Amino acid sequence: MDALLSSLVSIAFHGVAYGMVLYVISVGLSVTMGLMGFVNLAHGVFAMAGGYILTSSLGRFALPFPVAVGLAFLLVAIGSMALERGLYRHFYGAGELEQVLFTIGLIFMAVAIAQLVFGTLQQPVALPPWLKGQFPLLGRDFPAYRVFLIVVSGAMIAALWFGVERTLWGAMVRAAVDNRAMAQSIGINTRQLFALTFALGSGLAGLGGALGAEIIAVQPTYPFEHLIYFLTVVSVGGLGSLRGPFVAALFIGVSDTACKYWLPQFGAFFIYAATIAILLWRPTGLFGTRV
Amino acid sequence: MSETGYAASPRIRWTEWLPWLAGVAVFFLLPEYLLFGARILTYILFALSLDLIVGYAGIVTLGHSAFFGAGAYVAGILAAKVKLTDPIVLLVAATVAAGVLGVTTGAVILRTRGLTQLMLTLAIAALCLEVANKATPITGGADGLSGVTIAPIFGLFRFDLFGKTAYLLCLVTLLAGWWLVRRLIYSPFGATLTGIRENSDRMHAIGAPVYRRLLAVYTISAMIAGVAGALSTETNQFVGLNVLGFEPSGELLVMLILGGVGRLYGAFVGPVVFLIAQDALAKQFPQFWYLGIGLMLVLVVLFARGGLLGLADALAARVRRSV
Amino acid sequence: MKVARILTVVVALFSVVLFTGHSVSAQTVKVGFISTYSGAGAPQGDQLDKGFKLFMKLNGDKLPPGVKVETIVRDDTGPNPETAKRIAQELIVRDKVQFITGVLWTPNAAAIAPLTAEAKMPFISANAAGVAIPYASPYFARVSFTLWQACYPLGQWSAKKFKRVYTAVSDFAPGHEAEEAFTKAFKEGGGEIVGAVRIPLANPDFVPYMQRVKDAKPDAVFSFIPAGKQATAIMKAYGDLGLDKAGIKFIGPGDLTTDDELQGMGDVALGVITAHHYSAAGDRPANKAFVAAYKKEYGEKLFPGFFVVGAYDAMELVFHVIRELKGKIDPDRAMEVIKQYKNPSSPRGPIAIDPETRDIVQNEYLREVRRVGGVLANVEIETLATALKDPWKQLHPKK
Repeated sequence: MDALLSSLVSIAFHGVAYGMVLYVISVGLSVTMGLMGFVNLAHGVFAMAGGYILTSSLGRFALPFPVAVGLAFLLVAIGSMALERGLYRHFYGAGELEQVLFTIGLIFMAVAIAQLVFGTLQQPVALPPWLKGQFPLLGRDFPAYRVFLIVVSGAMIAALWFGVERTLWGAMVRAAVDNRAMAQSIGINTRQLFALTFALGSGLAGLGGALGAEIIAVQPTYPFEHLIYFLTVVSVGGLGSLRGPFVAALFIGVSDTACKYWLPQFGAFFIYAATIAILLWRPTGLFGTRV
Repeated sequence: MSETGYAASPRIRWTEWLPWLAGVAVFFLLPEYLLFGARILTYILFALSLDLIVGYAGIVTLGHSAFFGAGAYVAGILAAKVKLTDPIVLLVAATVAAGVLGVTTGAVILRTRGLTQLMLTLAIAALCLEVANKATPITGGADGLSGVTIAPIFGLFRFDLFGKTAYLLCLVTLLAGWWLVRRLIYSPFGATLTGIRENSDRMHAIGAPVYRRLLAVYTISAMIAGVAGALSTETNQFVGLNVLGFEPSGELLVMLILGGVGRLYGAFVGPVVFLIAQDALAKQFPQFWYLGIGLMLVLVVLFARGGLLGLADALAARVRRSV
Repeated sequence: MKVARILTVVVALFSVVLFTGHSVSAQTVKVGFISTYSGAGAPQGDQLDKGFKLFMKLNGDKLPPGVKVETIVRDDTGPNPETAKRIAQELIVRDKVQFITGVLWTPNAAAIAPLTAEAKMPFISANAAGVAIPYASPYFARVSFTLWQACYPLGQWSAKKFKRVYTAVSDFAPGHEAEEAFTKAFKEGGGEIVGAVRIPLANPDFVPYMQRVKDAKPDAVFSFIPAGKQATAIMKAYGDLGLDKAGIKFIGPGDLTTDDELQGMGDVALGVITAHHYSAAGDRPANKAFVAAYKKEYGEKLFPGFFVVGAYDAMELVFHVIRELKGKIDPDRAMEVIKQYKNPSSPRGPIAIDPETRDIVQNEYLREVRRVGGVLANVEIETLATALKDPWKQLHPKK
């Protein structure tokens, strides 16, 4: 009984840590897709970029950890804004197919550029001493970094939700997601709104990639390898929703961890089967209102 | 705009025979490249099957490799484990298997749209990959399925190291596939599909059985992809997990869009250009061929949304105007 | 539409022009080198490539007069046996190479081997370690290692040190071989395997598996994970969960702590015990010269791992055959030369090819990760076996 309890605690803990990272990375994608209906398969590129910014500012430039995390957010947000103005906006009116193709092309290029600049090796994360080792909690030892991860992501998610639910900007975003034409007609500059939201979402992806670099290794094929997870979070959670992807990410994190712990011989089978089942049951995702 | 679909004359023009002449010429002139040629032909057939659903029926999929992989694995498992080695029988078996997978998954995913559909196709392919990965005793898992031996065609033509037999088999099979697809898209059935792609609500309104038409074309497409998969097994005498991966699906989509979607010969031009470019780049700059492919892709979608054939049409139109 | 069709034809004809063959003079020996340059396996492929390039730079001219070597490098994109087989076929048919070498992954080599039997193509594995591959082709030889060579002696040694061991290996052929070899030797020595888990090859997070290990409270965990990012990730999971503090030793073949990855793993790797044939910290003179040459070429902070040595020694063997045959390569005579090959001063110590099995004969060292001069190193503390033939083939002779 004690063994079962302790394994349950382990699974919940690691699953939540993994799920939080997945959520922080994917939430921007949900908003982008919900707001502009843009199929951005290249979202993982921003997460990878954040990871590289973190590892090189820690390793090469020996910056303090919080500064490195902040940089990952800022630089990715700014970079994504440039991409949005330069490339993405040409595709807003285009069909799904063109968007898919364009973003796959971006992934290919990002993979090659990452290889050129950083080489093919996985980037080591030089954590500061205060984030290493164990953290005792309720008589058990938990890896300190994952505790930190859960706390920080939790705080950030709370801030994000507050921003969307309680501020004017949030109200405008929600209005535009619900009905873009109507939002435009009452004077909301949806283009500008979208550019800002896109930058914020990408910045969050960069932040998630940076914070999660310990869990999801930063190396050039990152955007390809984890794409299906990001997309699953968004589609299972529901487009344009904040709560949906959160539930979906936690669900994926915990069930993936549980499968590995109890049923390693089944691998990722369960996740995909569950994704298909949920999407059949609710084609718009758990909390989405439209496809 | 050039005439396509139901409006076009279904008669085969003389220019349409030229690719086949080129295919035969390659056989005699470039004996060292027949294996590569067989691969290109296989991909053309695979791209044709994708064009049928993406280009003509308007279904965007990221999981078409599921059918290619199903065909490849069924042919491989029958040959390696059941010792059923006749290449023609294997092609038929793969067609049936991929068709069954197509009709069952199609019945499910065609009820959805947009991102959900995209995601479902991706998840189904991932599920197939996971099954193949975990069923190690049958599929060989991550090590791949080895021990595939294919009997000579009609007991006469052995699959040789140089790929002569494989090339001819692929060429003949592709010819059959091309004929079938061509017949389909010029038929009333093809016209219904184009109608559904353009405006499915209106097709509903005029009483067309939209769902059943889509399911039919999805299944046919799956069967053709399954044949392509079986061809790949017979050419390589090996099946690896990557036939089911995301990359073949993605790359195939890339090839098709590069050539031009919704036009029969886009599926011919795309794989030829893509695979030759990949071959050249991967050889010269093995580390960075991704950069070239990615750049090419972004440029095509930015400046040539109809693919290379669309670009050619536009150029031709401009030349005509200026003359 | 008409124009489109004409364009189709033009492209098809253009492809004809592109495919122009190239001729070779009689004294040029063509060597096909297959490695992984793209995809998730690229870090390891890069190591293999570095060994190959280092050899060509240092020794590329050590040839009989009038003989030239042309190398053709191809990318197999990772553990993709199908691609690898196709590339090998193209090297044989299109490029007309006389040797194939390189090859990182066991599944890839296993797919290529039957082809080399049919084409009579000497095929020297610079890394792929699948234990049964030599049986698939009489033209296959190996200069790298087998996992039985490392894990069987490690199992014997562990039986004297530990009572209860948990095994955690990657779920593909090499992982299964490592598990089998270790388990057999360990049980023969009286040890108990308290649990075994096979981890999917494509996996982002090892923590749940290591948690499972920790909860079983063994004396040690034996693991084989492909060298590179996965090995680093499992090492991190081991440290994050505090298995080291719980008194669980980490042991395995040298893939766990390759010399190039070791610095990225950090202090958690300290004390990890591995068995392997090569360490950059080995104090043989040939190795010191080799490491110095490597650092000069690629940078002071880098260390050559066993991939580098495998590729280097594979090219050494290819050049040896070319010299012996004076550039006129006949596959059967080449195999005769290969079977007699002995090299007393490889960076890893004396090596030879076993004429019976065409597999490598070499020493196995027990190493511990320690801090030497500010960097982490696999310090060789004991020679587990000298001139060791592959134990699996002793147990399973070819019928």
